Amino acid sequence: MSSAWQTLFGHPVRAFGVVSLLLLISLAIAPAKNHFSEWRHYQNRYLALVRGRGDAVTLQRHFHEGIQQIWLPELAVVDRCTTCHVGLKEASLADVSTQPFRRHPVIPHTSDQFGCVTCHRGQGPATTVEEAHRSTLAWEQPLLPARYLQSSCGQCHRAALTGTPQLNLGRNLLGRYGCVHCHTIKLPDGGVIKPTDDPPSLSHIADKSTREWIYAWLKDPQAYAVTATMPNFKLSDRDARDISAFLIANSTPVPGDTVPATKDQKAVDPTAGASLYGESFCASCHAVQNAAGNVVGGDVGPELTRIGSKVKPEWLRAWLHNPRVYDPETAMPHYRFTDQQVALLMAFLGNKTDSDLLANVHLDAPTPEQIARGKLLVTEYGCASCHEISGLKKPDNFAPELTRIGSKPITQISFLPGMPHTVPEYISSKIRQPRSFGAALKMPQYSFAPAQVDALTTALLSLTDRAQNLPMALTVPSNPPSNYQPAGKAGQLMADLACFSCHAINGRGGDMAPDLTWEGSSVQRPWLQEFLKNPNTLRPALIRRMPKFNLSDGEITDLTDYIMTVYQTPAFDRDSLSSSGYAPAQVEQGRQLFYSKYACQSCHIVDTKVDKGYIGPTLTQVGSRLNAAWIYHWLKDPQTMRPGTIEPNRNMNDEDARALTAFLMTLKSSSKLEMKK
Amino acid sequence: MKRQLRTLFVVSLVFLSAGCARKPGPVSALKPTAFGAALVESSGGKQIGATGMVLAQPLVVQVNNEQGTAVTGALVEFSGPAGVSFDPPSGLTDSSGQLSTNIDLGAMAGRYQLTAHTSTKAQKSVELKIEEIALGYQQQVGYRLDDKYCTRCHNPESTPERVSNYDNLEVKPHSFTEGDTLNKMSGAELTAIISHGGPALNKSALMPPYGYTLSKTEIEALISYIRLISDPPYHASGMVYAQK
Repeated sequence: MSSAWQTLFGHPVRAFGVVSLLLLISLAIAPAKNHFSEWRHYQNRYLALVRGRGDAVTLQRHFHEGIQQIWLPELAVVDRCTTCHVGLKEASLADVSTQPFRRHPVIPHTSDQFGCVTCHRGQGPATTVEEAHRSTLAWEQPLLPARYLQSSCGQCHRAALTGTPQLNLGRNLLGRYGCVHCHTIKLPDGGVIKPTDDPPSLSHIADKSTREWIYAWLKDPQAYAVTATMPNFKLSDRDARDISAFLIANSTPVPGDTVPATKDQKAVDPTAGASLYGESFCASCHAVQNAAGNVVGGDVGPELTRIGSKVKPEWLRAWLHNPRVYDPETAMPHYRFTDQQVALLMAFLGNKTDSDLLANVHLDAPTPEQIARGKLLVTEYGCASCHEISGLKKPDNFAPELTRIGSKPITQISFLPGMPHTVPEYISSKIRQPRSFGAALKMPQYSFAPAQVDALTTALLSLTDRAQNLPMALTVPSNPPSNYQPAGKAGQLMADLACFSCHAINGRGGDMAPDLTWEGSSVQRPWLQEFLKNPNTLRPALIRRMPKFNLSDGEITDLTDYIMTVYQTPAFDRDSLSSSGYAPAQVEQGRQLFYSKYACQSCHIVDTKVDKGYIGPTLTQVGSRLNAAWIYHWLKDPQTMRPGTIEPNRNMNDEDARALTAFLMTLKSSSKLEMKK
Repeated sequence: MKRQLRTLFVVSLVFLSAGCARKPGPVSALKPTAFGAALVESSGGKQIGATGMVLAQPLVVQVNNEQGTAVTGALVEFSGPAGVSFDPPSGLTDSSGQLSTNIDLGAMAGRYQLTAHTSTKAQKSVELKIEEIALGYQQQVGYRLDDKYCTRCHNPESTPERVSNYDNLEVKPHSFTEGDTLNKMSGAELTAIISHGGPALNKSALMPPYGYTLSKTEIEALISYIRLISDPPYHASGMVYAQK
């Protein structure tokens, strides 16, 4: 027994010694691991860094040894990032550029409120660099690259934030490029993201365009217009032939959407068309690519660079007369052009052609088989998801839902070879090259600029599980969309003139022109009537202005009545201050204040001989344009009267505001005429 | 014993070679086909970008020879402080003697000095310094405030979309990049003139007060933006700490 023992373990005393030693070593493993841990190494380095600085004592006092943790049960956050990122809150470390000791850049939130992973993702409870930042195995989301960081703001903030232009752009693009026609994106408040593009109905396309143009467009929309939002479906010649055949065959005519040319139409001066195009401010909404290749103009309506190759003249003539015949919902105003004006614009737009576009398109008359195959393709590619096509139903959930795409589990994604296995990489690749993920995929090729891809990726990354699961109390909701509709005759007129394409009223409408919600409290009736008859510019520095609509007197009266009656602010009575009869001393005091104390002439002109500032509207006739009460309240607090206006609030006392109002009300349009005499 | 030593030697050799094989040196595969004498910036310098994002314009540099004509096929390498990445980091100049690279300045706000480098035939090094600015969150907020409230008067440049008011003002405002003037003003002075207008510092009343329009945070953001874009650069006064 003892000999067997001895052969196995040697002398008992020595064996005891060896075993004790082994035990001691094994006991030391845990403290040694702790001692040599990564985070301790960083904490020691931090202390060494701090030691030489002038404020070492303060920094050392702020420093806490050991593992640090932020625990926010409501947000499901357990973050130990501050164990190594020791100096995050130290403002005096602004000059330190080595990680992990940098100070956190100034942002509106603190890590005590939101932790770190809420914005940066990564594995919060980890205490090694690798696991916290990069792990995709134990924790599916590695650290979010800095370029997509704004997506994290979008988890709680549903409305546009001034601090997140990239996120705002991305959300905008989701609607503008019609992503949400095919992909449903549900919002945590129960709504869905709505498309903001307005894809034309194809039910009457044969009235508008030729089959050849449709073919060329289907093959490459961007060859027709570089700004086209329609993506390229990479169709074969045969597919494009059959789809164009189906669309033409399926089209039904709309009564009155074409006007044939009359015989007595005289040749018109082509330059007159160009100036009418300019005077009508078509460029506020429509862009044209100039010779240098730059796209100049607005993006509310389609680009017109090659419009002459697209539309049939008889359709264009009817459209210019009244666009609402062909498309009752169009954003284009009904301009009330005269026949002569329509002829001028026709000549100008008809010249905007591109002979290369349709040069190689030769289509034979379609066979019934081609038309049937075209219908099949239209259904297969989900064209009806975006476009109204008579006889076809809009497919439901045509493409995968993207409600939680920002938290898509890595295991559910098939990555391309050589691609980093992260969700941001997957999303941006999919947007850039959708068909590279499989030839059978239907998602078309978009022509986004790199900044747009980043913006879209950012917007999609904000659609996380966290965003869906967040308690409503912790979110900042967006304003519900307004479906304000003005009533009566004026309402119909405003729809006909498409006022909402440029102006916003009660939360609905565009931002190209001033908000008219309180216009009735702001302006004087005679001025408004005159303006609607002949809109002149109020701001010399602006290139855009309201076009002239050739309104009839009756229409002007209807509009004026409605605006003056309905669009009034509850904040004050429009007639509480008189529009004339101010004491000369008060007027003179106002003039002094205007030029000296408040130096309004830096932005406004009251005397065209002396004043030059043209940031704000010209005030030479403001006494005939604005109400005295409006001017007074505007001076007291411009931002309340029109949120977002750049005129600074001067914290003006009542006396000054009254004197300035008195002075401004003397600036009548007639007084200017007298001066001229 | 001898055999053990030999195995140990072989094993360590295997490990050593494996270790070495993992670290391929930064050997550029590109071989210049020509050499120039000078390096000039064509475009893309002095841009103001945002942290974490690629600068809007690529940096384009051109290699010229002694006569000042463009050289095709010269090797240009870009470098910068830690965190800055170039795409591509090096390359040969094209038929017009130019090489273009996209720059990502990394996650930290600040002013970055970047270097483009090429060699002459005699292996003499030619360098070109380029400066770019990355705005952090706070400075981006400041930039947008500048764009909305300040730039029309403080920036003399007119664009078709936005006409400058600079020429209309009797007393000319200072451009925000004018470091010679603005760097002499303390943060408190800038806050005062923004909040209370020109008269607060005995300057023109044409500068209106924004203290009732902008919040304290917004004014801080605006100042941090002005400080970052100033030329010459702004250096905070007061205690300066040693870097290491």
